[in-house]
Amino acid sequence: MTAATGADLTLRHPVERFTLDNGLRVVLAPDRSVPVVAVTVFYDVGMRNEPEGRTGFAHLFEHVMFQGSAHVPKMEHARLVQAAGGTFNGSTHQDFTNYYEALPSEALERALFLEADRMAAPAITEENLRNQIDVVKEEIRVNVLNRPYGAFPWLQLPQVAFESFANTHDGYGSFVDLESSTVEDATDFFSRYYAPGNAVLCIGGDLDVGETERLVRRWFGQVDAREVPPTPNTGEPSPTTVRRDVVEDRLAPAPAVALGWRVPDPVGDLDTYLGTVLLAELLSEGDASRLERRLVHDDRLAVAQSSYVGLFGDPFDVRDATLLTTQVHHPAAVGVDDVIAAVHDEIGRVATEGVSAEELARVQARTSAQLLRQADSVLGRTLAFAGAELVHGRAELAGELAARLAAVTPDAVQVAAKGLDPGTAAVLELRATGGAK
Amino acid sequence: MSAAVLDLDLVPPLGEPRPHPVPEVATTTLPSGLSVVVVPRPGVPLVELRLRVPFAATSPRGALQHVARASVLSGAVLLGTAQRDAIGIAEALQGHGAELSVAADPDRLLVSTTLLAEGLAPVLGVLAEVLISAAYPGDQVEAERDRVAERIAIARSQPGVIARNALAARRYGTHPYAAQLPAPDLVGKVTAAALRKLHRERLLPAGSTLVLVGDLDAAAATDAVAAALGGWTGEGTAAGAPPAPTLAPGHLEVVDRPGAVQSNIRLGGPAPARTDPDLPAVRLASMVFGGYFSSRLVENIREKRGYSYSPRSAVDHLAAASSFLVEADVATEVTGAAFLETWAELGRMALAPVTEAELDAARRYVLGSMALSTATHAGLASTLSALAGSGLSAEWLAEHQRALAEVTVEQVQEASRRYLAPAALTAVVVGDAEKVTDALRALGPVDVTASAAAVPDPA
Repeated sequence: MTAATGADLTLRHPVERFTLDNGLRVVLAPDRSVPVVAVTVFYDVGMRNEPEGRTGFAHLFEHVMFQGSAHVPKMEHARLVQAAGGTFNGSTHQDFTNYYEALPSEALERALFLEADRMAAPAITEENLRNQIDVVKEEIRVNVLNRPYGAFPWLQLPQVAFESFANTHDGYGSFVDLESSTVEDATDFFSRYYAPGNAVLCIGGDLDVGETERLVRRWFGQVDAREVPPTPNTGEPSPTTVRRDVVEDRLAPAPAVALGWRVPDPVGDLDTYLGTVLLAELLSEGDASRLERRLVHDDRLAVAQSSYVGLFGDPFDVRDATLLTTQVHHPAAVGVDDVIAAVHDEIGRVATEGVSAEELARVQARTSAQLLRQADSVLGRTLAFAGAELVHGRAELAGELAARLAAVTPDAVQVAAKGLDPGTAAVLELRATGGAK
Repeated sequence: MSAAVLDLDLVPPLGEPRPHPVPEVATTTLPSGLSVVVVPRPGVPLVELRLRVPFAATSPRGALQHVARASVLSGAVLLGTAQRDAIGIAEALQGHGAELSVAADPDRLLVSTTLLAEGLAPVLGVLAEVLISAAYPGDQVEAERDRVAERIAIARSQPGVIARNALAARRYGTHPYAAQLPAPDLVGKVTAAALRKLHRERLLPAGSTLVLVGDLDAAAATDAVAAALGGWTGEGTAAGAPPAPTLAPGHLEVVDRPGAVQSNIRLGGPAPARTDPDLPAVRLASMVFGGYFSSRLVENIREKRGYSYSPRSAVDHLAAASSFLVEADVATEVTGAAFLETWAELGRMALAPVTEAELDAARRYVLGSMALSTATHAGLASTLSALAGSGLSAEWLAEHQRALAEVTVEQVQEASRRYLAPAALTAVVVGDAEKVTDALRALGPVDVTASAAAVPDPA
């Protein structure tokens, strides 16, 4: 085993930070090796902040933020970025919503202007809202309603695994809630959650720190300060029983099952949590992993398996409460209880016998390579720094993660496996009912 | 709030562009005929590896069987070698941050991995073992074959896959490109012996290209490849697809998917190859039409009418056929209206000039996104590997950029007239035929097929 040592895995990008008078936190991560710059704004509001009756609103509002702003007509946000040779997008997560551009570095100030203009005053109009409700409904049809396994398990398992509305509701939104959304709802949502003090601006790549700070103050300094809402506590007591449910999928040709276990607090108990992150990799990443060997190759119970931490598979973009999810697609001829028993058995082996240092070192090498790969892109790195600043309060953590994971001990992984108690699992069975032959 | 007016005085102007670093590409051909492309790049301490082996079905007769065998071989090639079993292969790679993935498409097999830079020699050693002595153990091949059949059944239930297959079948007729996804019953008949024969006859170094990009020294990396893969030899040259026909578009085909809440609209036709001087103009025409967010199609059927989440167009290259493709997934009830708008925007491209502003925006976006997509080890490696598939080198990138810079409005219109005209495109709609066919018939003749027809007919 000759994997790189921990010290080699620390990304050496310096991180500069300052805070504007209006409360906006700013992180600069310069690296001038390619003439590309990435700009992102993370707002501290996500699917878990939605009130009852407004499921899907955080995501719908993300769409509205692309509809223009005080000095930018509809379609012009996209044109100004793309005609500069840049790309843009946004995404809604459980605990935050982000917006980003990757551009040739000569377009940096233009991106700052666009983000500042919509931070100050997005174009929340009846026409824009109705149009984007239609677009979001088509997005939900593409990704959920018109395809097999569309909601499985990310929209369905949380309903079994959690108790609170924040953690259980459909973050894509019901059509009833989406259609009844009003301009007033959007204005209130913006006013409450999109205050500069509730956001992190991160700029990475080909930039001069002094000049960039001047530009940031010029464009974002004009945005008025507003009250910042408290961060809601989305944690829940750990479950003490098995919860189990069944969903039917009329488009799916074959069954599937998902198991979810509560894991340590990703922020408050990061060191323990890192053991769980590596456990997920040890269980399911590649042909050498425990569940690939057992379920797919040895017992031939499964067609495909995966395990991951965090609702969307990124363990570092979430706060408490969150899950380690194991998802298995199996042939109809294999009974679901046989699959579940084999999963519990394999995790039980890690819990009772532990893992060897050699096996863990291999997993750590692979995990490091994947983190470094993400960091090779200016945009990937910039999003990681911004997420770490917002969720963990320290952008630097993103650069240290590979080394932190490389330092996790076999004991920590064994402890993590003991946490995946068969008696506290949430189990969701998907039955294929008709559909495609 | 009143509608904003764009005040160009307020928008910060663009600064002076900084030149992108030009990659130093070292290309060598080994005695076996394997082409080796090595690109040192600053950045993270990783190397990206891509091995492209031309692996097309070479005749219509055997195409369906070849596609079925290739789909099983992609997984089965990693099930063991003379020295190691599947777990041993995976463990030897994992320790260096690597995991080989093997993917088949109508043109090639692609073996890919990322790896920690220190692991180059040992990872190449495992790759050589797989190429030279893959064992295809009978019992495990059967299990893999059954898994592939199950996965194909799942893939075939995805409406996007049904639509892609239907369009390919319609456009390519009896050419091997018509068979994009294997039939589960043919997959079920694949044997270990057939895979060993296929590997021996078709997985060949001559005609193949290995690309390495990242934290490495060009000479040392080339030597490491020569040392590790010197024993990979074989008779003959890896084979590509025969020339593809251009079939007349024919009627709009509706593939019935009863109860679907959405329709998948797909249009496709020929486009210029990477070496064709018409390509830059067609790429820019495609951008203006539907190639990015700032396009006519997105503005019309998404931002104005809300019919679709992600309508788009693209120019796609296979080795023996390039395509202009249009895709839009739309609500069932607006299928006819969305098809009409798409059709009308294509007609407008064909008959009226684009504006200078539209052309300049598209040009800057294409140049900018090329620069972004080659600014990582992985992006550059994949780009160079794809170019190798067309027999092209990294120099093509610079030539193409120069050609894009010179395209005129007139050239875009000529290209649109030829390649984007709706009459030149084959059209398929996957959706609930009972609900969508009447409206589509108002626009022209429609053939309705049952969704089982999405499974290629072994003609």
